[in-house]
Amino acid sequence: MEQLRTIGRELAMGSQGGWGQSKEFLDLVKSIGEARSKAEEDRIIARELEHLKRRLADPDVPRRKMKELLLRLVYAEMLGHDASFGHIHAVKMTHDESLPLKRTGYLAVALFLDERHDLVILVVNTIQKDLRSDNYLVVCAALTAACRLIGEEAIPAVLPQVVELLAHPKEAVRKKAVMALHRFYQRSPSSVSHLVSNFRKRLCDNDPGVMGATLCPLYDLILEEPNSYKDLVVSFVNILKQVAERRLPTSYDYHQMPAPFIQIKLLKILAVLGSGDKQASGHMYTVLGDIFRKGDTASNIGNAILYECICCISSIFPNPKMLEAAAETTSKFLKSDSHNLKYMGIDALGRLIKINPDIAEEHQLAVIDCLEDPDDTLKRKTFELLYKMTKSTNVEVIVDRMIEYMINITDHHYKTEIASRCVELAEQFAPSNQWFIQTMNKVFEHAGDLVNIRVAHNLMRLIAEGFGEEDEGADSQLRSSAVDSYLRIVGEPKLPSSFLQIICWVLGEYGTADGKYSASYIIGKLCDVAEAHLTDDTVKAYAISAILKIFAFEVTLGRKIDMLPECQTLVDELSASHSTDLQQRAYELQALLGLDKHAVESVMPADASCEDIEVDRNLSFLNSYVHQALENGAAPYIPESERSGAISVGSYKSQEQQETSAHTLRFEAYEMPKPSMALATSQASMSAPPTDLVPVPEPGYYKEDHQTSRSQPSGDAVSGEFGVKLRLDGVQKKWGRPTYSSSTPSSSASSQQATNGASHSDGGGATSSQARESTYGSKRQQGTEISAEKQRLAASLFGSAAAKADRKAQASRKTAKESASTEKASASSAASQPIKEQVIPAVPPPDLLDLGDEPVSSSPPIADPFSQLEGLLGPASATPVVSGTPAASTSNAQDLMSIFSDDVPTGATSGSADPAVGDANLMSSHKGATAAAAKKGPSLQDALQKDATARQVGVTPTGNNPNLFKDLLG
Amino acid sequence: MIQAVMVISTQAKPRLLKFYNFQPPEKHQDLVRGVFQLLSARPDSVSNFVEVDAIFGPGTKMVYKHLATLYFVFVFDSSENELAMLDLVQVFVETLDRCFKNVCELDIVFNFNKLHTILDEMILGGQVIETSSEQIMKSVEEIARLEKQSSTTSLIPKSISERFSR
Repeated sequence: MEQLRTIGRELAMGSQGGWGQSKEFLDLVKSIGEARSKAEEDRIIARELEHLKRRLADPDVPRRKMKELLLRLVYAEMLGHDASFGHIHAVKMTHDESLPLKRTGYLAVALFLDERHDLVILVVNTIQKDLRSDNYLVVCAALTAACRLIGEEAIPAVLPQVVELLAHPKEAVRKKAVMALHRFYQRSPSSVSHLVSNFRKRLCDNDPGVMGATLCPLYDLILEEPNSYKDLVVSFVNILKQVAERRLPTSYDYHQMPAPFIQIKLLKILAVLGSGDKQASGHMYTVLGDIFRKGDTASNIGNAILYECICCISSIFPNPKMLEAAAETTSKFLKSDSHNLKYMGIDALGRLIKINPDIAEEHQLAVIDCLEDPDDTLKRKTFELLYKMTKSTNVEVIVDRMIEYMINITDHHYKTEIASRCVELAEQFAPSNQWFIQTMNKVFEHAGDLVNIRVAHNLMRLIAEGFGEEDEGADSQLRSSAVDSYLRIVGEPKLPSSFLQIICWVLGEYGTADGKYSASYIIGKLCDVAEAHLTDDTVKAYAISAILKIFAFEVTLGRKIDMLPECQTLVDELSASHSTDLQQRAYELQALLGLDKHAVESVMPADASCEDIEVDRNLSFLNSYVHQALENGAAPYIPESERSGAISVGSYKSQEQQETSAHTLRFEAYEMPKPSMALATSQASMSAPPTDLVPVPEPGYYKEDHQTSRSQPSGDAVSGEFGVKLRLDGVQKKWGRPTYSSSTPSSSASSQQATNGASHSDGGGATSSQARESTYGSKRQQGTEISAEKQRLAASLFGSAAAKADRKAQASRKTAKESASTEKASASSAASQPIKEQVIPAVPPPDLLDLGDEPVSSSPPIADPFSQLEGLLGPASATPVVSGTPAASTSNAQDLMSIFSDDVPTGATSGSADPAVGDANLMSSHKGATAAAAKKGPSLQDALQKDATARQVGVTPTGNNPNLFKDLLG
Repeated sequence: MIQAVMVISTQAKPRLLKFYNFQPPEKHQDLVRGVFQLLSARPDSVSNFVEVDAIFGPGTKMVYKHLATLYFVFVFDSSENELAMLDLVQVFVETLDRCFKNVCELDIVFNFNKLHTILDEMILGGQVIETSSEQIMKSVEEIARLEKQSSTTSLIPKSISERFSR
C-alpha cells in the first residue's frame, strides 16, 4: 500500500518536473521500490549500472545529461553496488567549467574517494585552481572537497591558497577556510603548526559565524596542550558572556537561545582550560552562574547548554556554589519525564560524584528507576554510573545487578564489556573469597567465552592459593565450597570451554581433598565432562589430567582404586586420539596406574600447584647428554643468529647432508633450488679451481651465505655443550613463541614471595566489615512510603550514612584501585589474591587519602594484575624445556621433583624415577613441555612445537611412546 | 566531531549516507544494517541516544529521530553534546521542510544531492558550521540561483559553438 502511495507521489512529482530529474531516474526509483526481493532489486541496479557504464563512456552524451548520470551512479553506490567504473568520470566532471557539473563532480568524488585513492592526485590540481576562482561558490565547493580529499602529502599544495582565503570578503568562505585548516590539522598537525596564530586571529573575526567556526580547531589545539592557551581564558569568558547576554544579532538565535552551539563549544573549551587551574577557573564562575540563572529548562537546546555547564563545573576547580547549582540542575534532569534528560542527568551525576560522592544519595531512587527502565541506553548509562560509584559496601548489589543484566544481553561487544567490568569490580572490592568465586562462576557460566582467559587462570590461582599461608582452614573451606559449587554446575549443558577448564582443574586438584566425595564420584563427573565435549580437546585434556591427579592422590593415600568402565573407555579413546597431547596424557595415566605408592608420591606430590618454579635457562643439566652425543659423532648446533636467514639454513642443511649423510630428520621445507646451486659454486670455489664450473652469476646476497657456510667447519669445533643444547633450542625458537627466552622467572617468583609476606594486614578487613554492618543498619532507618524493595536496593547501593562514615576507608580504596597495589593493605578482608603479588608495601595508604575520590576512569586497566600472572605462567610453561636441574651432576632429586611438580596444575606431567639418567631427564623435560603447552591451549603452533620437540629427543609421538615411558620408569 | 549522517527509511533502505571519516564503500551497507537493527529494536518513547561503539568504534554515540517513514541519524564522538546533536537533527529536518515544503521520503530520494548541499552548509569536516536553518536556506538558494545562471550561460555558448562547428 505504502509503495503505491509512493508511486502516486512520484508520478505527481514527475509531472511537476521535481528537481529536474529525468523520467529514467524516476523509473529507476520506482522499479526499485516495486522490487519484491533483494535479488530483483540487485538485477535492476545491475542493469542500470550497465546502462550508466555505456552512457558515461559515450562522448556524445550532452553535458547536462552527465550530471544526472553521475547522480544515478551515486544513488546506485549508496544502495551498496560497486560503481567504481564511474569514479574517473566524477573526477573528470570536477574539471568542468559549469558550476552545477563541477559541484556534482565534487560531490561524487567526495563520496566515492578517500585521500589515499589513486585518482585523488587528479583532483588536487583542480582544487588548487578552483580555490583561486572568482566565484565564491566554486571556492566553497573546492574547500568542501579539500576537507575530504586532501591528504597529508597534498596539504602543502593547497595550503597557501587556503590561508589566503582566511581573509576572503565572504564570511562563508572564511568559515570554510578555517574548517579546512582544522581538517588539515587533524590529518597532519605538523604541516599546519606554523599557522596556529591564524586561528587566534580569526577568533576576533567580525562575523560571529567565523568566530564560532574557529572554536572548533582551537578546541582541538587546547585539548592537545592547554597550557599554551591559558592567556585566552579571559577572552573566551568575555565572548561567552557577550553571547549569553544576547549581544549577537538575533539571526544567531536558535529557539530563543542566543547562539547555543557557540556557547556549548566555549563551555567545552573552558572546561579544558579550567581543569586543575584555580586561577583560570576563578574567571569562569560568574559567567557560569549567570548561565545557570538564565537557564531555560523548557527547550532541548537550553538543557544542552545547562548540561554542558555541569560538565564544565565538574571539570574545573570546584566551587561549592557552582556545584550546588549543578546538582540542582542535575536533579531536574533526573526528575524529568524525558528519557533524554534522564540520560543526561545520569551522565551529569557520574561527573559530579567524582567531586562530591554525597550528591548521589539524594537521587538514589531516580537512579534505580533508570536501572529498571525499558530504555536500554539509559540502563547502560546507569550501569556505567554504578560502576563508577562501586565501593566495597555496595559491590555485591551492583555486581549482582550487572550479572543479571549481562545474562540477557545479546550484543557480544557490550556483553564482553559488562563481563569484564564485573570481573574488575569483583577483583577489586570482593568482600569475601567465597563471594568472589560464586560471582566468577556466574560470569563464566554466562559469558565465559567472552572474558579474558587470564581471568580464568586468576580464579584458579585464587582457589589454589586461598587467603594466604596463615589460614589453612579457611583455604580448604574455600576449596571445598568451590568443589561443591562446581559439582552442582558441571552437569549443566552449554558451559563455556574456559569455565569447564577451571572446573576440571579444581575438581582434579581438590575434588577429593576434604573427603566428602569419593574418588570414583569425581572421576565419573570428569568422565562425563570429557564425554560431553567431544570436540573440545582442551577441555578433554583438562579432564583427563584431573583424573590422573585424582588417581595419583588415591594411590598416594594408599587407597585401592577401581578403574571405572567409563573412565577406561575414555582412556582407551584418548590413547587413540588424533591429538598427540591427549594421547600422551592418556598413556601417562595408564603408566601412573602401574606405579607404586612411592613413585607416584614423588611424581605427583599433593597440592604442588602453588610451588614456585625455578628455571635454569642455560639447560646446564643437559651438558652431559650433549657431550655424550657429540662424542658419538653428532653434529654441533649452529645458533640461529649465525645462520643468517632461511636460505643459509637451507644451505647449511644441504651441506650437512652431504657430509653426515641423511640420517637425521629434516623439518624445514625443501630449499629453493637456487641457493643450493650457489652453494655448490661456493663449495667448489673453496675446494677446487672455479674453472670447471658453469659460470653462474652470483647475486650479491649469496655471498653472505657462503660466508656462513664457509665458517661451518669451524663450527664443528665448538664445544659439545654448545652444539647439542642449542640444537634443541633452535627447534624451540623455530616453533615457539618469541617471549620464550625473554621471561625472567626467578624475579617474578621472588617478588611474589616478597609480597606474600608483606601484603597482609588485618586492620583493613575489620574496617570494611564494620562498615558493611553499619550500612545494613542504616537501611532500616530509611522509612518512606516508596516500595520497600526499591528502598532496600537504594540503601544497599548508596548506603547513605554508613557510606559517609566509611568514606575514609573508601577513599583509600579508590586510590588503591588506581594504583592497583595497596588494595590488599587498605581494603577488604577478602585480600583478593590476584592482586597480591603486585602489592607495593612502600605506598602508605594515608598519603593516598589526599587524592580522595579521583576519577575512577583513570584507574589502570584490569589487565594489570594478569600481566604479572602471565609473566609467571610464561616461564612455567617454558620451564621443563629450557631448563632443569643438572641431574647428572648434582643429582638433586628433590629439586628436580619440585620443578616437575609445578606442572601439576596442567596435570599430565610425570617426573622420572631415575633422574640420574640423562635420557630420562630429557624425556621428562619433553613431557613437561607438552603438558605446559597444552595448558595454553592446543594451538597449531603448540602442536607443531611439541611435535618438533618430540622428534628432536628421538621420540615419535605414536607407538613407541608408552614403551619408552615404561622403560624409564621401570 | 560528527562522524556520519545517515537517513534510513523504515524499510532499511539508505536514503542518504555521508561519512566524515572515510568508510570504504563496501562497508557502508554493513553500517546501515547495523544501525538499522539497533533502531528498529528500540521502542517508541525512549531516549534518542544510542551508544554505538560496536559499530563505529569506542566512544561513539548516535542520536536519531524517527519521523514518518525515515530515521535521521547523526553519529558522533565524545566531543559533541548529545542534546545539541539532537537539535542539529532538528535543524536539518526543519531546513528540509523549508526547502521542500512538507518534506516526504520521496523528496529525499529524488533530491539526495540537494540534501548533500544542505549538509555541506551545516557541517564541514565533521564540525558544525551553521545552525540557523534560515541561513542555510539562503546559501542553498543562492547556490541554486547561481547554478541555474551558470548552466544557462554555459549552455548558450555551447550551443552556439556547436552550431558553428557544424
